[in-house]
Amino acid sequence: MPRPLEPVSQGTRLLLGTAFFVLFVAAWAWATFGGYVSRTFLADPLTMLQDGWVLLTRFEFHIDIAVTVWRVVGGFVLAALLAVPLGIVMGAYKSVEAFVEPFVSFARYLPASAFVPLLILWAGIGETQKLLVIFIGSFFQLVLMIAVAVGQTRRDLVEAAYTLGASDMSVVRRVLVPANAPEIAEILRLVLGWAWTYVIVAEFIGSSSGIGHMIIESQALLATGQIIFGIIVIGLIGLISDFAFKALNRTLFPWRLA
Amino acid sequence: MIHKLLIDSVSRVFPAVRGGVPVQAVEPTTLGVAQNDFITILGPSGCGKSTLLRIVAGLDRPSGGRVLLDGREVRGPGADRGMVFQSYTLFPWLTVSQNVAYGLRERGVPEGRRREIVAAYLERVGLRDFANHFPKQLSGGMQQRTAIARALANDPQILLLDEPFGALDNQTRALMQELLLGIWERERKTVLFVTHDIEEAIFMASRVVVMSARPGRIKADLPVDLPHPRHYTMKTSPDFVALKARLTEEIRAEAMKVAQAH
Repeated sequence: MPRPLEPVSQGTRLLLGTAFFVLFVAAWAWATFGGYVSRTFLADPLTMLQDGWVLLTRFEFHIDIAVTVWRVVGGFVLAALLAVPLGIVMGAYKSVEAFVEPFVSFARYLPASAFVPLLILWAGIGETQKLLVIFIGSFFQLVLMIAVAVGQTRRDLVEAAYTLGASDMSVVRRVLVPANAPEIAEILRLVLGWAWTYVIVAEFIGSSSGIGHMIIESQALLATGQIIFGIIVIGLIGLISDFAFKALNRTLFPWRLA
Repeated sequence: MIHKLLIDSVSRVFPAVRGGVPVQAVEPTTLGVAQNDFITILGPSGCGKSTLLRIVAGLDRPSGGRVLLDGREVRGPGADRGMVFQSYTLFPWLTVSQNVAYGLRERGVPEGRRREIVAAYLERVGLRDFANHFPKQLSGGMQQRTAIARALANDPQILLLDEPFGALDNQTRALMQELLLGIWERERKTVLFVTHDIEEAIFMASRVVVMSARPGRIKADLPVDLPHPRHYTMKTSPDFVALKARLTEEIRAEAMKVAQAH
């Protein structure tokens, strides 16, 4: 029996992680090929792959993927560009925090998907509306989490900087920001994952392209294989972006691992 | 006598927390520090010695009284008072040499000059070969040596140390004491050093100031006339032992008061 908190080797980790995927697909294949679940409701793994191939070769699904990725990244970058500075200022200056925090805490609980109908009225069904859904969904989360991280900066580091002659501005620039940069990168990675759920919802309504649009169309055709293929594509993109973010963090912040 | 640093009737009262009573951490305390003095402030834990040091550093405000450095009142932290903390406060995202250069960069010292100063101080604390290491890669003793170099590189008027070797093991601590004393003997900085270790207090100091248990106040102020340069073997000399015996009594009385109060 493994002991609590006992580490496992890299090889075992990889093996165990892969094993779950294999088991999952096996269970799915068993349920579908075995005839335990109706084909109308759940396609088997092979049909899913075939449907996916058809989507890619005949219906230019890769363009839908590209459109969805662009919407997520666009809306998220927009949110990050505003949320990161605001979060840092909020974390650093308690008066700003007292002013903004209650509203942001409230806005954070407003479900981004509930804004879809309203945003269609305001911005139409174009790209602006999609970007705004992502923006609303991620901006408030980012601001609040970054403010909390910056607010929890080690006081003794700040004090050390002051005794070395640092000014207030310089403490923000040369202590609060670098001390929390890895944390902020981690928050960005986390919230980017959430942004993916908003984009799909935004594409369900009033959209003529994107992964979400394909999924909702497939529902009308009872094409569960296509739906599952779409969902898996989202999962894979998420996994890839996660790996990329982690690798980037490792190269950007070597002092954390040193 | 003209004081380099004058702590003038400084007191500190911490406000009441959740229905409790306010805590008098430091009673009105007056202490003059002459140029080039090495003063150790010795006291049991919780006697307000760190609070007093933080007030000198400008990191805490006195409830009464004032601190004068070269006749100017201290109103906040500044580069003229270098500080070494008990906790490891190197900036983890900067290398050892970038840490030492921090204050110089703040002051806008040009890069070439900065590099010379950093190299000189790293040499002095024996960390030349670790210039490009991150703090995480260093032992506790090396981190504190870097912290001392970082404070000294700024060329402060006075060096404040708050139990800088408190977290180190005994052997490392003894080596660090000699290292710091060696630097002081050469550079003759004015130093205020807080500790609860009696031997350390005597070995380092030209004057030992003993503080009483809470509320903190100065209980004794003893000159240490042991010759310089000091060597660790001095710790077993009769003069040293006699001084240690005396201070042990002073501190013990205070520690007993604390123990009985709880």
